[in-house]
Amino acid sequence: MTILTADLVPSSRRFDRRWSIPVVLVAWWLVWRFGFGTHNLPNGGPTFIQDWFLRIRNAADAGRDSSPLFIYFFNPIAKTTGSVISSMMSLTTNLGWTGITGIASAISLWVAGWRHGLLTAVGFISFGVLGLEAESMQTLVQIIVAVFLSLLIGIPLGVWAGVSNGFSRVVTPVLDIMQILPTFAYLPLITLFFLIGPASGTIATMIYAIPPAIRLTAAGIREVSTATVEASESLGATKWQRLTDVQLPMAKRTIVLGVNQTMMAALSMITIAALIAAPGLGASVISALIKLDVGAAFNAGLAIVCMAIVFDRVTTAASVRTERASRAGGAASQRTRLLRYGAGIGLIALGVILPGINRSLATFPDRWVHGTRNPVNSVANWTQLHWYGATSWLTTTVTHWLIDPLQSLLSNTPWPVVVLGLALLAYFVGGLRPAIVTAGCLMGAILMGLWPSSMTTLASVLIGALFTMIIGIGFGVWLGRSRMADQLIRPILDAGQVMPPFVYLVPCLALFGATRFTGIVAALVYASPAVIKIVAEGIRSVPANTTESAISSGSNSWQTIVKVQLPMARGMLLVALNQGIIFVLAMVVVGGLVGAGGLGFDVVNGFAQSVFAGTGLAAGLAIVFLGIMLDRITQSAGRSRRTTD
Amino acid sequence: MNVEPEPAISVRGLWKVFGPHPERIVGSPEAELSRADLREQTGCTAAVRDVNFDVAPGEVFVVMGLSGSGKSTLVRCLTRLVEPTAGQITFEGEDIVAADQARLRELRRHRFSMVFQHFGLLPHRKVIDNVAYGLEVRGMNKADRHARAHEVVELVGLQGYEQAYPDQLSGGMQQRVGLARALAVDPDLLFFDEPFSALDPLIRRGMQDEVLRLHHEVKKTMIFITHDLSEALKLGDRILIMRDGAAVQLGRPDELVGAPADDYVADFTRDVPKSHVLTLRWIARPPVVGEPLDGPELPATTIIRDAIRDVMHATAPVKVMSNGQLLGLVDHEDVLRVIAGEPQPVSV
Repeated sequence: MTILTADLVPSSRRFDRRWSIPVVLVAWWLVWRFGFGTHNLPNGGPTFIQDWFLRIRNAADAGRDSSPLFIYFFNPIAKTTGSVISSMMSLTTNLGWTGITGIASAISLWVAGWRHGLLTAVGFISFGVLGLEAESMQTLVQIIVAVFLSLLIGIPLGVWAGVSNGFSRVVTPVLDIMQILPTFAYLPLITLFFLIGPASGTIATMIYAIPPAIRLTAAGIREVSTATVEASESLGATKWQRLTDVQLPMAKRTIVLGVNQTMMAALSMITIAALIAAPGLGASVISALIKLDVGAAFNAGLAIVCMAIVFDRVTTAASVRTERASRAGGAASQRTRLLRYGAGIGLIALGVILPGINRSLATFPDRWVHGTRNPVNSVANWTQLHWYGATSWLTTTVTHWLIDPLQSLLSNTPWPVVVLGLALLAYFVGGLRPAIVTAGCLMGAILMGLWPSSMTTLASVLIGALFTMIIGIGFGVWLGRSRMADQLIRPILDAGQVMPPFVYLVPCLALFGATRFTGIVAALVYASPAVIKIVAEGIRSVPANTTESAISSGSNSWQTIVKVQLPMARGMLLVALNQGIIFVLAMVVVGGLVGAGGLGFDVVNGFAQSVFAGTGLAAGLAIVFLGIMLDRITQSAGRSRRTTD
Repeated sequence: MNVEPEPAISVRGLWKVFGPHPERIVGSPEAELSRADLREQTGCTAAVRDVNFDVAPGEVFVVMGLSGSGKSTLVRCLTRLVEPTAGQITFEGEDIVAADQARLRELRRHRFSMVFQHFGLLPHRKVIDNVAYGLEVRGMNKADRHARAHEVVELVGLQGYEQAYPDQLSGGMQQRVGLARALAVDPDLLFFDEPFSALDPLIRRGMQDEVLRLHHEVKKTMIFITHDLSEALKLGDRILIMRDGAAVQLGRPDELVGAPADDYVADFTRDVPKSHVLTLRWIARPPVVGEPLDGPELPATTIIRDAIRDVMHATAPVKVMSNGQLLGLVDHEDVLRVIAGEPQPVSV
């Protein structure tokens, strides 16, 4: 299809592209200047969809105990998940913090070795030290249930997608869409079916966590060398034998990586699911954010980070180990293995018996609790007091010179001009198909009756993406060119990527208060690591002899970067832009929690007040529309450029 | 002439076309098109075009061609790792193309086996379990299959490495494991798909000698794919040369070198030292009047290289004999001309 659309574009496109985009922008600006505020959809547009959603919501509420769909489908799912979670929660209470820490450390010790066993113990004790033992356990239980169920569904589907081209073709576009959807977008839909609470939190988490399990399992199966698969076939192995003897064992490492990705996705989602009343650390962050209690939010965020680090390190190490163990080179001797198993069992026994001896040992000792709330709050207060000039200057400057004008351009131009303008831009960037998708998505946003919110969010996303690309290209080029910078910065980026997005809001809130700018900064922080990595990868993939020939013909560093490395990394830069813009959108809507307004606020408000439930559902859909639009435009830009090369 | 033995495997009119609706190509006028034109016009690629041959029992049959000539696809069609588009493959009177999946599995488990270019070993299994894998999929119990695997491991010279993992072995040793795995199931037909092209030249030569030795010991029928002419000449009883999916020439090594069917084959074989491949038959000439006919006798199948000493030491031209009949004479001059690489008078 891309080839088709590329053919439809006139052959003088190089000329077109150079002039057409500025022409569209200038024309748009003129319309805005002289037609300011006209035809800009009073009350945000038609509201019948929202009313309709509200009626559906009310009908669902009314039918929750009578409609067979609910009685035989949704309710049992919610009920089973809920009872599994609550029985596991009471189990964790009975085991006490020593039992849980013992079990978790033992498991890490078995799957990932001594060092990671120790790391797990430290991580789990830190929950208590931060004074968040109970909340951490709630989060942990929901993650375990969500990850378990996700893997139960995801791995078999992944195997299926790995061995069957037909199924893979069906499932891949679904996963693509699932991946570009900001997590915020489908929370309203989940509550429609499952109400709010831990069960729906877990189900929402599963939806987010299943795609990586499917993807990586399928990738692992497909990566198995054809020679080996053919060899087993040539010996007369059945399909089942091929799967169990060849494909699964050889894909094990990638599948365990899938477990890692699933866990990280679950952790980031379960904190967001706090918005639909999933208890745990996410709930602590949200209630603190709403009260603008930076210290408490930071404290809970720190616990989330500790949990993320433990999960990430342990599963990564387990994945590397599976590989080594299966290829034997580094398999442990019988004795160390026994020692490990023994030590693990000892840890569990100790952890479980201690509270049995003395019931008071089941709860984390109070005098060990050293939360970070108060010190952080004093740091935050000090910063706000002393840096106020700088941060408020930054906030007002960016808001005044960038956010306000762009938002005004988007929401104060007559809406047909905005739709036409964006569609034309999409056309000149990527061709006919993205232009149609853009127009369709914008009409969708209008239909949702959320035009002003959508434009607020879009303005924030565009500015966030601009900053992200500036930072991403700056650091990416540096990392791509200097091995030392790479070694220095990469661990920070890795750590940044495992953190759930909520955590980023906290320091931004402390510095910039509850504004649109805060959402943008949080988005920038959230999206930068991925963008920097992709840009660095692109710079590094420029062949060394091309760079060398540029230098030997006398280019200085700046010329080498601008004339050789960046143009040659163009494909990767566009991938970075695509990823960056999707990440920014995901975070900007989360910023709705802290005064960034826009669609994110509509979603949150939908949970808070049931009369706005319809608006919340519509806002979720509008986010989906924006996501699809931005994804298609940036992706098609990458493709059409490549075809003209 | 003695009666031809029934061929081990017989291939008739074999086609493999990749692309949309490949079956419509075979037998249509488009089948006559060149490969590039066919792709241009139909979007299909003919990897194997109308190939015919028989392989005699116990023979080493080499299929040779450059990359893209269709040789690997051809050998995969024979065991239906790739489904042929048209044609017949007869093995012991049975049409392989018509076999259903269960029968095919049966044949692969007991009658055929294959050695691959990139070994295709299971990295998570020890050498012994890799070798025994074919027996395992058959359902043989562990003790029996390990006993058999030990025998084969010894046969290919890997004793002492049974408990090692493939990654701990060199490329040549990994391919010995691949060879052992193929031999373990005691097949009637062994297929080799460029088994040594990923190996260093020295190791490659060692492995070729190994195959010759094994062929001598186990007398299996072998179908061997290679792009290396010297390997083909060294191993092959007969060689099939392929180009663009079609068979160009089929013959013994000396036939290919002595009487190339076209410029392509001639070009291919030009650098081959002829004295290493051609037999005396190829240079025997009628006696000139007055030439002495009391020289020593040599059979016509003697390779020139092996006859050099006798010819040079003889005081009279050597008599080349075939079935007790005088085929012609060979003297110093004739042999030296071959060695010097002078164009040979074509004598078929």
